[in-house]
Amino acid sequence: MKQLKVDAIKNGTVIDHIQAGKGLIIADFLKTGRGNVMMIGMNLQSKSFGKKDIIKIENKTLTSIEMSSIALISPKATITKIKDFKIEGKKKVELQNEIESLIICPNPKCITNMDEVNSVFYVTQDENNVVRCKYCEKKYSVDEIKIRI
Amino acid sequence: MKNLISMRDLSKEEILYFMEIARKIENGEINPDMNRKVAALMFYEPSTRTHFSFATAMKKMSGQTITMRGSVNSSVSKGETFADTLQTIAQYADIIVIRTAVEGSARYASEIVDVPVVNAGDGANQHPTQALLDLYSIIKTQGTLENLTIGVAGDLKFGRTVHSLVQAMSDFNPKFKFISPSFLKMPSYIKDDLKEKNIEFEELEEIDKKIDELDILYVTRVQKERFADLEDYEKAKGSYTLKKSMLDNVKDNFKVMHPLPRVGEIQTDVDDTKYAYYFPQAKNGVFMRQAIISILLGGLDETIES
Repeated sequence: MKQLKVDAIKNGTVIDHIQAGKGLIIADFLKTGRGNVMMIGMNLQSKSFGKKDIIKIENKTLTSIEMSSIALISPKATITKIKDFKIEGKKKVELQNEIESLIICPNPKCITNMDEVNSVFYVTQDENNVVRCKYCEKKYSVDEIKIRI
Repeated sequence: MKNLISMRDLSKEEILYFMEIARKIENGEINPDMNRKVAALMFYEPSTRTHFSFATAMKKMSGQTITMRGSVNSSVSKGETFADTLQTIAQYADIIVIRTAVEGSARYASEIVDVPVVNAGDGANQHPTQALLDLYSIIKTQGTLENLTIGVAGDLKFGRTVHSLVQAMSDFNPKFKFISPSFLKMPSYIKDDLKEKNIEFEELEEIDKKIDELDILYVTRVQKERFADLEDYEKAKGSYTLKKSMLDNVKDNFKVMHPLPRVGEIQTDVDDTKYAYYFPQAKNGVFMRQAIISILLGGLDETIES
């Protein structure tokens, strides 16, 4: 029998195929310090990715905002819902073209940081995952931005 | 088109349409009438030239202007929000021209008021009316915007004018020479855009090095405050100061532009040469702003050919 490196969960969500190294960033903003059991596997072997990270969270269903955030950080991640140790649904995260409210603009002179204006970012659909602020028009890589949770 | 917020929003056809209307206004072919129209000039940040240029444009079309300067002595200092100020002014004015230090404020303004909004500069972001008048100056002197070699000198790191200009020219297959002290180079996000579009550019540190290849030399101010050490400033100053003696072998169609005010980047002996174009450039600004106001407020017979 295949030995699992990260324990199986009974109910909850598995975020798989996370780009190696991005697992901790995702774990950080999911803030499951609230009590849910979370397991993180890093640098696991993957047939199609070489190396990947994986996160398993017990008793948690991801919100659509959380899913977009994951898409932003690791566009090829997959989300699997688990019920009674069985896979209930599996899907790839999808990056929206326009992300509202989620991102905090790193530009201190941007109006979204001064007035009560919701941030809007446009996403360029390429490997680099660059986002551009609708208001100050500055471009940022995903590593440079902060996510509002 | 309802607002003018960013050069990023304009297609090549729309840019050329602005050129066409400015030309027709300058030639007297069309004479837009703004009688009984009021433009609110909201200048949260001081700018004498841009303010005068808009006010002149409006008055030349028999329109009126109301002006708000700074946040001192205005309701802003009483704690009113930006959105409330705008919504109130929008009840008085037919068009709002706004200048602030806050980036993205003009875009935000256009979302909350019903009247047209013109961005007259939002921090280090955009200054589209300056970019359009610069393009108008280029097309007037060169006969075209296509395939030109353009030198851009000065503070390329923080200068929004040069960023807007480079962005605006990108549709017209230019070649750029970027001339600046090493720590005020063109930001990489702009250079990346150029690489993506296969636009040729070269970075130089001396203003006269490739001057003979240029059709346009666009000079901007380098502010003393940018230098950590005033001694460095004095040293660097010489390498980007344009002097008459550098113009001996320039191309016949060569023109020097500058958004003004200058503080010594162009020596005054250049003024008397046929290459100096910065004062006519300022005059072009009035025609272009007349064009912008009349296009946004409507009333022109022309329509954009799609």
